[in-house]
Amino acid sequence: MLNSKRLVLAHFWLAFAVFGLALLLGEWQMFVRSPLNPWISNSELYYRSVTAHGSAMGYVFPTLIAMGFGYAITEFALKKPLIGRRWAWAGLALVAVGAVTAMIPVSLGLASILYTFYPPMIGNPFYYIGVVLVVVGSWIWVALMSINMAAWKRENPGKPVPLAMFANVAGAYLWGWTAVGAAIEVIVLILPVALGLKTTIDAGLSRVFFSWTLHAIVYFWLMPTYIAYYTIFPRAIGGRLYSDAMARIAFILFVVVAMPIGVHHLFADPQVGAGFKFIQSVFTALVALPTLVTIFTICASAELAGRLRGGKGPFGWIAALPWGNPMMLAVTFSFVMLGFGGAGGLINMSYQLDASIHNTQWITGHFHLIFAGAIVIMYFAIAYDLWPHLTGRSLDSVRLMKVQLWLWFVGMIVTTFPWHYVGILGMPRRMASYDYANPAIAPQALSVSISVFGGLLLVISACLFFAVLIRGHRAAQTDPGEYRFSVAVHEPVRIPVALNGFALWLTLMIGLTVVNYGYPIAQLLALKGNAVPAVYVGAAR
Amino acid sequence: MSTDRLFTWKNPWFAASVGVVGAMAVLSLIMGFVVLPYATTSSQLTSLWDAICSAAGVPRATVTSETAKPDFTTSNVVMNSQMFAPDARSVGRGATLAMQCAICHGSNRQGQVDTPNLEGQPGSAVYKQLRDFKVAARTNAIMSPFAVKLSEQDMLDLAAYYSYLPRQSGPHSDATAAAPQIVARGAPMRNVAACSSCHGTTDAKLGTPWLEGQSAVYIKAQLQAFATGARRNDISEQMRNIARQMTAAEIDEAARYYASRP
Repeated sequence: MLNSKRLVLAHFWLAFAVFGLALLLGEWQMFVRSPLNPWISNSELYYRSVTAHGSAMGYVFPTLIAMGFGYAITEFALKKPLIGRRWAWAGLALVAVGAVTAMIPVSLGLASILYTFYPPMIGNPFYYIGVVLVVVGSWIWVALMSINMAAWKRENPGKPVPLAMFANVAGAYLWGWTAVGAAIEVIVLILPVALGLKTTIDAGLSRVFFSWTLHAIVYFWLMPTYIAYYTIFPRAIGGRLYSDAMARIAFILFVVVAMPIGVHHLFADPQVGAGFKFIQSVFTALVALPTLVTIFTICASAELAGRLRGGKGPFGWIAALPWGNPMMLAVTFSFVMLGFGGAGGLINMSYQLDASIHNTQWITGHFHLIFAGAIVIMYFAIAYDLWPHLTGRSLDSVRLMKVQLWLWFVGMIVTTFPWHYVGILGMPRRMASYDYANPAIAPQALSVSISVFGGLLLVISACLFFAVLIRGHRAAQTDPGEYRFSVAVHEPVRIPVALNGFALWLTLMIGLTVVNYGYPIAQLLALKGNAVPAVYVGAAR
Repeated sequence: MSTDRLFTWKNPWFAASVGVVGAMAVLSLIMGFVVLPYATTSSQLTSLWDAICSAAGVPRATVTSETAKPDFTTSNVVMNSQMFAPDARSVGRGATLAMQCAICHGSNRQGQVDTPNLEGQPGSAVYKQLRDFKVAARTNAIMSPFAVKLSEQDMLDLAAYYSYLPRQSGPHSDATAAAPQIVARGAPMRNVAACSSCHGTTDAKLGTPWLEGQSAVYIKAQLQAFATGARRNDISEQMRNIARQMTAAEIDEAARYYASRP
């Protein structure tokens, strides 16, 4: 039962179209700054491309996936039509208009400031306005998810909210609060300067507000992936979810501690006190907990499936798993990448270890492994799982799917492992060209070249992905049956009120934000004389 | 159980979650604001409050001592890119004022080899040098007397006029010449940034002139003046530090390369 098929499909196709274009830019960037290409004399072109790649991949692509998947979950899990479908289309339109508004000045070279804004660099105001429109569009989704869950709870008093919807709303609330930091930065601090009303900006305060968004945005990207782990994967491999309560606790932990920890992105920034860096480092360590809980629960669910399929002994169940199933492959690859990426993340969050890799290519390697690897590979799997229900046609290219997932996994490892390595060698990030003839830099040349070929594998994999989906649209019509989410071993009949809503968790999230961010922000607001002249990108100099 | 009250200490979920988060916050506050500041060997903390303030990042008074004052005039130009927004009236006034410049700087790139070409220079570059000549941060027997007479608006007008003019190719341009190492990548081992990272191609910084098509004699003379300290109107010694570290061969290469650019 899905009434909003066209709505969900529109979100997914727009998301994947943006993804395809931005992926090509990414591969071009890898190539031009590698030793395979002589000096790119006009580095502005490189930064223009990085801005477009980052803005599209960071703000538009995952937001649309979360929105589209969220609408699908609402109807599938609550088994009733989406409330506010017109508003949902309006949200999509805002995201689309915002993306175009932002990309025009970027393409013209008027906003080559990277997607992280980097004040005091200031780009064309339309770039920021476009980003704000994307965020406002996604806030409509946040409101709709909240309204739909509240309406269902009113109609079903005392019943547990279905896990998929609970997790979906967790993601929506997390994003709603997370986006506030960047929204304040853009609307209050940057736009007046971009519009020419002011010529100076407090870069330090801007960066603190951006850090508010910058870390938890990754957990927002992660939410569809985790929802798929818990609510699709066990069903897809013929098993059951090991624990419904553990799943809820994992999502709740993300809501509470994913956001007030962003200062670990500012370890090298002077404007935040060391004490606050330490506290946020501690809470960053805590956010590893929901991931560890997830890995345990999902592995336990896989073991159940393996044993149901006749696997015996301590390891026999692994061999018994359905390895030909694309979802099985995708989750396995995702876990491997999450494992390596997570281990790297533990290094980044440590105040001391971070010093050796801060602002090096290690960081770029890290977030590509986590986001483009562990997360995006599950976006593919989600699309494969949902497509027959969205199109009413079966996806028959199973072999192609498996090749696609393998290529994405291998490509991502080949891209990001050398990237991490050159970071340890000290290669800085955000640079358009490197002098590989320099004896100090020459040892990095081979690794950088290898990762270009990894990127090529990713482009091929994306082509296969599109081929699978397009062939799906042309396949014969079929009835996919009712969409089902995973069933827990012990299905929740009555659950504690704390695990069935978000009032307590949102209170804790906001409280912790005040403790962790209140003083640093208040102090910077009160300080006088810390604004610096804006550097207008693309202006005549 | 769903009808239970949530926000009460009797609810174990409330008590446990608020308790754990609160305890972690308090523990990490104690660690971060008391234990760790005292653990640093270099700390010069006078009290517990001092430790807390230092960890919170409260700005503290630094040791104040006499700063050494140079015995020459330094550049005091403050600019932002909005000062040089296009303005047709300013261009017109600048064109009239520029008649007195043409005797040395020429027009259509026909100036003397020991003067820079000004057509198409960024307004910020023209304005900064005029300001520096006026306050004697940069001196030249011929140029200084001209600059002393100029008002603030005159200098902005001249900047507007020269930045309005199109750049023109020099007499011996060769677009095919490959950029020498010092131009494209600098000499990182000697702390020399690439010329192109400020003077155009890779990036252009506020107040820096473009060098393509300038006379090799002029570029070389300026680099040598920076190296010897005869010219010192560069802010924070940025050009002096670079020119001192450049070899004579690199100075020649850079000058010849830029002179040959269209």
